[in-house]
Amino acid sequence: MTTTQKRTIPGGGMLKGLWVTLSTMFKTILLPKKHLATVNYPKVKETPVPRARGVIALDQEACTVCMLCARQCPDWCIYIEGHKEEQPATKPGGRIKVRSELDRFDIDYALCMYCGICVEVCPFDALFWTPEYEYSEGRMGDMLHDMDRLQDWMPTVPEPPALEK
Amino acid sequence: MEFITDLFANFWVSLGGKLLLVALMVPLIGMVLGFAEMKLSAKMQSRVGPYFAGGRWGWAQLIADGVKFFQKEDIIPDDADKPVFKSAPILVLVGTVALFVVIPFGPGLIFNDLDVGIFYALAISSLSTIGVLMAGWSSANKYSLMGGLRAAGQLIAYELPLVLAVVGTVIMAGTMSMEGIVEAQIGAGYPFVIVQFVGFGIFMIAALAELTRIPFDMPIAESELVMGYVTEYSGFRFLFFFLAEFANMFTMSAIAATLFLGGYWLPGVPESVLSYAGPVILMGKVFLLAFVMIWFRWTFPRFREDQLQTLAWKVLVPLALANIAVTAILKVAF
Repeated sequence: MTTTQKRTIPGGGMLKGLWVTLSTMFKTILLPKKHLATVNYPKVKETPVPRARGVIALDQEACTVCMLCARQCPDWCIYIEGHKEEQPATKPGGRIKVRSELDRFDIDYALCMYCGICVEVCPFDALFWTPEYEYSEGRMGDMLHDMDRLQDWMPTVPEPPALEK
Repeated sequence: MEFITDLFANFWVSLGGKLLLVALMVPLIGMVLGFAEMKLSAKMQSRVGPYFAGGRWGWAQLIADGVKFFQKEDIIPDDADKPVFKSAPILVLVGTVALFVVIPFGPGLIFNDLDVGIFYALAISSLSTIGVLMAGWSSANKYSLMGGLRAAGQLIAYELPLVLAVVGTVIMAGTMSMEGIVEAQIGAGYPFVIVQFVGFGIFMIAALAELTRIPFDMPIAESELVMGYVTEYSGFRFLFFFLAEFANMFTMSAIAATLFLGGYWLPGVPESVLSYAGPVILMGKVFLLAFVMIWFRWTFPRFREDQLQTLAWKVLVPLALANIAVTAILKVAF
């Protein structure tokens, strides 16, 4: 035999397992600061990593009502409505410009599965991930965030990482 | 003082008092053990456990849980066999509560010292098997039925080593009365576990299986059978099953402590103080054994069904029979 198998006592694995749970228990009771794997959430909060997928923020100015996000959304949780506004020509005799105005932009977080496809797909950088996560509600219907609420998340968007050289 | 003794000499008054005491003890013990399980399992997994209910350490967590169960709707499935479905949790709890009758908490401090005490305890504890089977059958749910069948197979298989493990102690004590067994240990001067360690081990393993706790929780294996025979139960009927589990944990530990660890007696404690210190000593032993049960639960994974049966029939039963034979021979020889 070339391979040497370590000799073990029958049932030794069980004792080892018992020792793991017992020692963990005493460590957690005696030195909770060092050994606790969790925090007391509402009192103590962990800082999520900058790129955590907490909530999606909307930059209303950047949105062009192209509907790409709503069409790509696997859950169909984005509701967009808009209308077109004519803008007068900048010089006399010039062409009248048409501009899309955003009337409604809702994300139903009760449906959202946080895949981030809408953020990926947005051609005008109007959607951003932010690491904020405290927006639970008592009622399911309140999970539908309208465009003003989504705009309110904008200040929490972290700085984009520096470009690679 | 004399008035009170006279009052309790009346059969009905003393019966009422005992019933009230047990009715208070069962939920209290269920809560204490349930809370211990929550907290200890949390510590074993580097968690905090219940924290906010009741202000400090989350001591009121199980009271809150109990209140929650009472608020819930008592759902009975349309296809269920209603009378059987309704009475099953009661039967399970009765089988558990009836065990309190024969637990000696101190010298003379026993609800009723039956001559066949341990026999009664083992017989009445199989009553809850019928309750479990009733629950599984009447729920009209495939998971419940599977859980009920598994429970039946498991409880019948482990009833045997449980009974056989006790026989060794009974041979040594020469009596089946629970008080008599404790007195025999006082007379012998040592707890029977020193000689009957094999019996004690078999009894504890079989008791774990009887309680359907991890690593023997196939009847309610939540990753396979949703919740087994309690799948369809809700509200206070579910609470009954929950309470029965923890009360059963207490009674099984108490019986094991009485049979093998000397019950309310501790070597070195003078007999004159036993009537006061006895319940405390017994409680200490019970909680030690309950801790071992909780410890096992949070350490070991679940058995496979065939491993479970193999352990019972091929290992525990022959070992228990050999233990009986050796005990009997030594009893006759010395």
